[in-house]
Amino acid sequence: MAQQLTAKEPTAEQIADQRIYTQFGVTDYEYELICGFLGRKPNYTEIGVFSVMWSEHCSYKNSKKILKKFPIDGPKVLMGPGEGAGIVDIGDNQAVVFKIESHNHPSAVEPYQGAATGVGGIIRDIFSMGARPVALLNSLRFGNLENARVKYLFEHVVGGIAGYGNCIGIPTVAGEVMFDESYEGNPLVNAMCVGLIDHDKIQRGVAKGVGNPVFYVGPATGRDGIHGATFASVELSEESEEKRTAVQVGDPFMEKLVMEATLELIDSGIVVGIQDMGAAGLTCSSAEMASKAGNGLELYLDEVPQREEGMTPYEMMLSESQERMLFVVEPQHEAQAQEIFDRWGIICVKVGKVTDDGRLRLFHQGEEVADMPVKALVDECPMYDKPSKEPAYYAANAAIDTTAYPEVTDLTDALKQVLGSPTVASKEWVYNQYDYMVRTSTAVQPGSDAAVVTIRGTRKALAMTTDCNGRYVFLDPEVGGQIAVAEAARNIVCSGAEPLAITDNLNFGNPEKPEVFWQIEKAADGISEACRVLDTPVIGGNVSLYNENAKGAIYPTPVIGMVGLVQDVDHITTQGFKAEGDVIILAGETKHELGGSELQYVLQGKSEGRPPQIDLAVEKKLQQGVLGAIKQGLVASAHDLSEGGLAVAVAESAISGKLGAEVNVVTDLRADAALFSETQSRILLSAKADQADKLAQYLTEQGVPNAIIGVVRSSGLIININGKPGVNAPVEQLEKVWKDAIPCLMKK
Amino acid sequence: MKFAVIVFPGSNCDIDCYKAVEDTIGQEVDYVWYTATDLSAYDAILVPGGFSYGDYLRCGAIAQFAPVMNEVVKAAEAGKFILGICNGFQILTEAGLLPGALLRNSGMKFRCHQTPLEVVNNGTAFTNQYSQGEIINIPIAHGEGNYYCDDETLAQLEANNQIVFRYAGDDNNPNGSLKNIAGISNERGNVVGMMPHPERAVDQLLGSEDGKRMFTSILNAWREQHGAAVNG
Repeated sequence: MAQQLTAKEPTAEQIADQRIYTQFGVTDYEYELICGFLGRKPNYTEIGVFSVMWSEHCSYKNSKKILKKFPIDGPKVLMGPGEGAGIVDIGDNQAVVFKIESHNHPSAVEPYQGAATGVGGIIRDIFSMGARPVALLNSLRFGNLENARVKYLFEHVVGGIAGYGNCIGIPTVAGEVMFDESYEGNPLVNAMCVGLIDHDKIQRGVAKGVGNPVFYVGPATGRDGIHGATFASVELSEESEEKRTAVQVGDPFMEKLVMEATLELIDSGIVVGIQDMGAAGLTCSSAEMASKAGNGLELYLDEVPQREEGMTPYEMMLSESQERMLFVVEPQHEAQAQEIFDRWGIICVKVGKVTDDGRLRLFHQGEEVADMPVKALVDECPMYDKPSKEPAYYAANAAIDTTAYPEVTDLTDALKQVLGSPTVASKEWVYNQYDYMVRTSTAVQPGSDAAVVTIRGTRKALAMTTDCNGRYVFLDPEVGGQIAVAEAARNIVCSGAEPLAITDNLNFGNPEKPEVFWQIEKAADGISEACRVLDTPVIGGNVSLYNENAKGAIYPTPVIGMVGLVQDVDHITTQGFKAEGDVIILAGETKHELGGSELQYVLQGKSEGRPPQIDLAVEKKLQQGVLGAIKQGLVASAHDLSEGGLAVAVAESAISGKLGAEVNVVTDLRADAALFSETQSRILLSAKADQADKLAQYLTEQGVPNAIIGVVRSSGLIININGKPGVNAPVEQLEKVWKDAIPCLMKK
Repeated sequence: MKFAVIVFPGSNCDIDCYKAVEDTIGQEVDYVWYTATDLSAYDAILVPGGFSYGDYLRCGAIAQFAPVMNEVVKAAEAGKFILGICNGFQILTEAGLLPGALLRNSGMKFRCHQTPLEVVNNGTAFTNQYSQGEIINIPIAHGEGNYYCDDETLAQLEANNQIVFRYAGDDNNPNGSLKNIAGISNERGNVVGMMPHPERAVDQLLGSEDGKRMFTSILNAWREQHGAAVNG
């Protein structure tokens, strides 16, 4: 082994004696294992490389056993978890590629760059598979928007997403934003990218072919983002501000060029393997590519383009400088690859070669500075089965009767309060900052249940959405997990598409707390069950743990990103009412379920009790029935009932359609429950007057309970309960409350 | 008729412009890189939107120095039709082909949505298929579309009928532009720059097809120039 390279770096002995490895999140037990794999004590570079490879972010050491629960296979799945992104067949030799990923901790300390680089990273995951990115989505959670710090985070996270996506020219078409004190100090920023690919263009991150050269592509490596993966795998604390250097800086212009050049390289057919440098940068990409091919890799670090002087091997290996890729070609194609990147003005240098010894060996200034078994780095991280314990709050909530709240008498006022709650309110303030139209394929824009993006040259389109109600998951992780998948699928169905598969982003607290681990387990059970019943396998995803603030763990928030296929653009359906005189039908049955509801949050100021229950068999029938009706052309509008229940759904359909509605709900329930209950498996439909009976009959035949509840009017929103006045307000007034809520809070 | 769509590093509406030409008027169209040194084969040049060179400096400030811009200037002098959209408009002002400048939106934020536009001058090669004063729906998507020029320039623009589009309605100016200006032409009328994206409004499925007639206008103008005998 080489001598110490810089005086600053501790020696292998010092690392051992002073337990310096613990600063990198490596435990004593793990350190001993590493010494065993090396047959000696690791030097500073090696312990750095091991620590990021064995971080939760890269190894999933605390969550892998849970991830194994997920159904990952299906007849249409071309690639499941393990590569940059999952891939699903959509016919005609085409496939859709998608994945979601979190950038929570970076965004908490540096919201603009944290969010921007989250977008940049997920885009690289998609085009490194060979796919053309066609759409972006994001799922965001913040604390109470009255709080000044929350406003700052919200403003700059949205700014960062806009800044990156707009510049690179990929439309940001959908997403969700929710606000709850639970996320104070630890916002969630999950970004999803969807791409299109032809089957024969699919790439893998493999370093195959002993002797093949390994190329580095993209801007020079700097000292930014060092230990980003480790940072993502610990709780945020007051010292986190000091970790700003662990947050990278994004350059979407550079990524645009890298993307175009990379897609051209892949199109040329000469790529053996390719992977982006995401978390843990050069370390993770090189080790994983070698591992997947069962090979070794040598890297010549003097060749790595460096932005700063005097960078050490440790710094180069751990840097998370953005917009970089690693690829392998056969030696005879070197010049061809080089020429492509030269034309795009992108740095492309040979930095290593594939070897047959199964080791990752690093050379710097004429010396070997690290030598580690690839298998130990990628596969031998110990997997932990954390203790799990049902939290006390779960049992306590069973005793809370959410049907016993005093009855709300002024239902119009209640509707306005719920519509004005930032979680339910219009997100126009957000999505108007995103270019959601570039690439001219966005058929359903943000603001509907799911976005729809057409596929040029075909009649097909892709529907996409993200979903998760963290309150439900907190109150009952298993049911909440089921609902997250079911609601995502319902959104997809409402747009006229058949759900294909999901990507999940498991945002949870510290898994070392048994109560948090219990939440993870239960939520995963719920997600798995729903995916099985609804035929939507998990094709990839991301785990973000240690999301905590001073009050403890955030609400468990397993965000579901789902993509569906619209078989014919004629099936595309939106939530807005279409014409005066159309008949309004409610599909599904309503129960008195206000636990975890928006009404409860607005009126009681808390989330308690049990969340709405779900019967997945009923859900599936509902979705199949509604999709069947849409395909037959019986449906004018379709809108999923979610936060705020029936009242909010009717109001949103009226506002979106620039029309009114007159509804009479016949029910045994209390009026406030009938309007604001968040019972699952319900969809608000409208149909032309002469087709309404046919629609109702078809739904009944399909086993979907339904009721004709009203008529679309030119203006005004009237909802009566059993003939008695409930809600009565001009739509414009409701629209104002709904649209002004977020802009007003942001100006305060 | 033959169109060029200029591609700068960072252009991202190039494909949309290309497809709009294909889909609306079915004329020949090529992508032409920023390094090109000959545009003589083209009758119309589209300078598309995007973030040329990242727009980290003033928008369009670097793109104006790309080799192809000399050719765009020559083409303008030769009377060819040149349309700059969004970033393309910014580049044309930086290159001096159009007067004025595009400042940061008054709201300081990027804005993307459909916008009603008034066709102020339907006498140009780009607007002859609209009626004078017609209100059309064309989307915007920009952070720096706040058109500004000095009083003297504004007087000239008005006197010469160079204001082609304005944001219509009282509260619909999305960026604080002077006199609600959304698009202008040069004095000769063969160079137009506009912040809204007509290429995004060529299909009802995507929200509007009011942009189609910009492309048919260009074809119509070219045919008139070249006589009815020419098949477009």
